[in-house]
This record gives sequence, C-alpha cells and structure tokens, in this order.
Amino acid sequence: MPNQTNPNYVISADRLTKHYGNFAAVDGISFDVPAGESFGLLGPNGAGKSTTMRMIGGVSQRTSGKLTIMGLDPEQHGPEVRAHLGVVPQQDNLDEELRVRDNLLVYGRYFGLPMSYLKPKADELLEFAQLTDKAKAKVDSLSGGMKRRLTIARSLINEPKILLLDEPTTGLDPQARHILWDRLFRLKESGVTLILTTHYMDEAEQLCDRLVVVDKGQIMAEGSPATLIREHSTREVLELRFGSERNTTVAADLAGIGERLESLPDRVLIYTHDGESALEQVTARGLHPITSLVRRSSLEDVFLRLTGRSLVD
Amino acid sequence: MTSQHTGTPDQPAPGGHRETGNTKNEQAVRAAHSPMVAAERARKFGSWYYAEHALKVMNGYRWTLLAYSVGNPVMYLFAMGVGLATLVDSNSAESAFGGVSYLAFIAPALLSSATIMTAATEFTYPVMDGFKWRRVYYGPHASPLAVHQIVNGYIIAISLRLFLMSAIYFAIVAAFGASPSAWGSVAIIVAVVCGLSFGLPLMAYSASVTEDKGQFALVMRFIVTPLFLFSGTFFPLETLPIFLRWIGWISPLWHGTELGRVLTYGYDEPLWLSAIHILYLVALALLGWVLARRMYERRLGK
Repeated sequence: MPNQTNPNYVISADRLTKHYGNFAAVDGISFDVPAGESFGLLGPNGAGKSTTMRMIGGVSQRTSGKLTIMGLDPEQHGPEVRAHLGVVPQQDNLDEELRVRDNLLVYGRYFGLPMSYLKPKADELLEFAQLTDKAKAKVDSLSGGMKRRLTIARSLINEPKILLLDEPTTGLDPQARHILWDRLFRLKESGVTLILTTHYMDEAEQLCDRLVVVDKGQIMAEGSPATLIREHSTREVLELRFGSERNTTVAADLAGIGERLESLPDRVLIYTHDGESALEQVTARGLHPITSLVRRSSLEDVFLRLTGRSLVD
Repeated sequence: MTSQHTGTPDQPAPGGHRETGNTKNEQAVRAAHSPMVAAERARKFGSWYYAEHALKVMNGYRWTLLAYSVGNPVMYLFAMGVGLATLVDSNSAESAFGGVSYLAFIAPALLSSATIMTAATEFTYPVMDGFKWRRVYYGPHASPLAVHQIVNGYIIAISLRLFLMSAIYFAIVAAFGASPSAWGSVAIIVAVVCGLSFGLPLMAYSASVTEDKGQFALVMRFIVTPLFLFSGTFFPLETLPIFLRWIGWISPLWHGTELGRVLTYGYDEPLWLSAIHILYLVALALLGWVLARRMYERRLGK
C-alpha cells in the first residue's frame, strides 16, 4: 500500500478534546490512521468513542486539540471532509417513509451525484448488502440486521475511501453480526479505511488491524489485538466459578497459582501460560470449583487489566 | 493534499463488485465524482438536494395531499361561502362586507388559513421526527450538506406544497366567481408567505422541543384556533370589541387575509396599511427562518 509510507495520514488527531460543560467526554487523545488500515476504538459505553467519531465525522466541534481528515480540518472544511467519508451511525436514521432503494438514491443526491450514476450504483450496493429483493420494500418492514446493512449500503453510495462505523453490530443477533462482519471484511480488502468503535472484543479482534483502548475519554493502550494481548495479558486464562459467595473468599487460597489473579463477583480469573496445569494446581490444593474453563486471553482481559473493569456492563 | 485521493479509477469500488473485465471507459462512467466535486456541489445546491428528498417523501402520499388540497376548499366554500352566505347576504346591509358577496369576503381568509393550518402541521411533528423520533436529520447531517441547507431545503419543499395547494384553492375560488379582480392570483403568493410567517417561527420553536409533552396540540388549540376565529376571517375585525382586536393585529392571518382581499376584490384600505401587512409577514418569516437555522445548528452540532 503506497500510502502507508506517506506521512500524510488519512486521519490525524492530536490531543483531541471535547468538553460538555465541566465533563471531559474526550480528554486529549492522539492517534494517526494510515490509508487502508482498519482502526478501532474499543471501550465501554460512555468512554468517549462516539464523541470522537462525531468529531471525525465533522458534525461536532472540538473543544481543543488538532484534527485533520485527508489533511483537512473538519471545522473549516466541513462539507469537504464529510464528502470523503461514509458514515454508519450508532442509531439507524434511514428515512422510513421512503422505500429501500430510494433511501440510497436520495442520499447519493446529497453528494451531488447524478441519477445516471446513482441508479446502477444503488442496485450494486443492494446486492452487496443482500437486499436486492427488498429494493421496493418499505424500510420499516426490514429486520434490525437488514436496516443495518442498508445503512452500510447508504454510507457507500459516494464510494468513500474512509468508512466510520459507530457500534456497527450492537443490538444484532449473532447470525446478523457475522453477515455484517463479512461485508465489512470485503470492504477492508478492497482498500477502504475502516474506523470503528465497539465494545465487543470479538468484533475488535475480527476487524481491527490496530486499536486503541479508550476509557473515560483517554487512551489506555494502543496496538494490534495480538500485541495488546501479549503485552497486557498472559497466553491463557483459567476461569473458575465457586458460587457467588465464595468467589471472593477463595481468592486467598489460590494465591501463587498462575501469574496474576483477578477476582470478579461471578468468577475468579487466573492468568497463566498454561491453563490446564494451573487447574491441576487448584485441585491439588483441595479446591473444587463448580465450573472451570481454560481459554485464550482476549481483549476483554486487556481491558480488565488496564481499567479494573469489564467492557460490557 | 487530497489529489492522491481524487480520481483513482483503478481502485475497486467499495463493495468490491466492480468486475475486472470492465473497460476503463465503463469505469469512468460508473465511478463517483471526487469528494471535492461532491463538496462543491453540496455547497452550491445542498438546499435543493434536501428539498428533493422532502418532495420525494411527499410524493409518497401525493394522492392524499391532492385530495386534501381540493377537498378542503370545496368543503369550506360550500359550507361558508354558499350555505352560510345565503343567510348572511340576505340579512346584511349592502356595505357590510365592503360591497361584495360574503363568499368573496371570506375566500381570501380561507386561502390564508389553509396555508397556516398546513404550516402548523408541517413545521411541528416532522421537525420532532427529524431530531428525535426517527432522527431523519442525522443522515443528511453526516453528508456534505450543511445544517442551514437542511432547514432551507425543508422550507423550499413546504413552500412548494403551500404554493400548489393555494393555486388549487384559488382556482376553485375563482371558479366560484369570488375573485373578481385581475390581481386575484397574486393572493396565492400572499397565502404562501402568510403560511411561512406563521410556520417558520413555529419551526424554530419545534426545533427547541426535546420532549413531546403535547406542546404541539396546545399550539393548535390555543394559537391556531383563536387566530382562525379572531383574525377578521369570518367578519371584519372592526366588529370585534377594541380589546380583542389586538389578536388580529398580531395575527399573520389577519395581515394575509386583508392583503388577499385587496388583491381579490379590491378591498379599499390605505396603501400604508397594505405595506404594513407585507412588511409584517415578511419580517415574521425572516425572523423565524433565522431562528430556525440557529436552533438547528445548536441542536445538530452538539
């Protein structure tokens, strides 16, 4: 990718800050995104992810710091910045009074695109979103997953090179999520820069080349999913459940097993390189958990380590 | 600095559906123009693009609109202008309504009140819908359009609707013979401006409403209805006691109606008063427009 060596990142944020009154929703975050990268903001609800996205999208003014998209300041060149982007908001805002295909046509007109371009493009995007047979349907007859796919199709009408996705799969059932991930993956392969926020670690792991872990408006860590896991967690995790009353009290008896121990209200996590042998040590001490599970470390563990809290509350 | 981003026909389209067999020429036809061109067009024509959207939505229920636009005047003109008029005309002195039939007297009033009624619906619930219920403003807001263009576009679309509606209304009035003056058709424009002079301040107010607690129903009941009754609509304002006449003076409907009367049957009023009517209506509309833009900017730009 030629742009990767280009010092001109497609998005560049420097100590980006947004205050609402005294509350700092975004508190001095800095990051650069090269063209073609799939970049994620991972964090719990209220971490400042959506606010950051709205500033990148050129619809919300920052309090301080610098921000450029394709080298342009969104506050000075709002229409130019927004013309570069495709935006998939957290809440669908399709026009439910229009039919499925008309939603795409009308949106394309906002970019001044002629109907001769829009008509074939709309059909192509409907096919991409697997909505061809719904072209003439009313939007309110679509399922949640279909609406989401239509919103993504709408965001692609201007053939953007940067796509902003704010919580793209929140509220969807597992099957709908997988269809959506597949579509996003194809976009990524075709060279579109994806910027996405999520509080799902599996989504971040699937889609992001690189991500920042955000909490309380600040960046806690940055790196590829694998790097973050390697740096902030162990290879494996042993999850033990002793029943809600005993989980905290049993922690003292487990001391010394594994590298680190995290006791949560519903379970105890032992971070170790070898989960099975840790489990053997636990039973050797005469402790018998109700359930035990050995799994690989995930971004959830990274987040827990960095903030002391879970991602999904 | 954006040159590397513009005009890249070799890059596959988002969606990756562009067949590799396509010739360069076909691709050029099918590729979107560059973001810079999109932004330039949006800056120039954005208001019209949004108007296009709003009109497309309206087109979805065009038969309802048309039936309303024809049915409403016919119903009122028959009830008031024909039914009630028989009674009124035979019981009043020749000069009671400036020497014209009761039908001719109320026709301009009905014309203006129809636009006000429509404006009262179009600038309330749909605004709430845009910000809150279905959030339809947030789609265009993320596009190259600017906030004020969303406001303008919607106003353009509604103005067009008011114009068509008034034109149909006027045609029916004229068919009833209730617009003897040659200037009568200008009353169509007056009715549109009248609707906007009431609708645009209301649009600004609607944009400030974050929680629907029945405010719009109150507007209809306590503002629109009294205006409809006490703006010299069914009887000359002078027949009201002086302490009630102020309702007419501040009412866009009274100003619109009086101006309409001047145009449709040559109602005799001093020129300065006609000028005041025009100024008042235009000033209200402009004020509402400025405020609406400000409210929209504030609410969408959070």
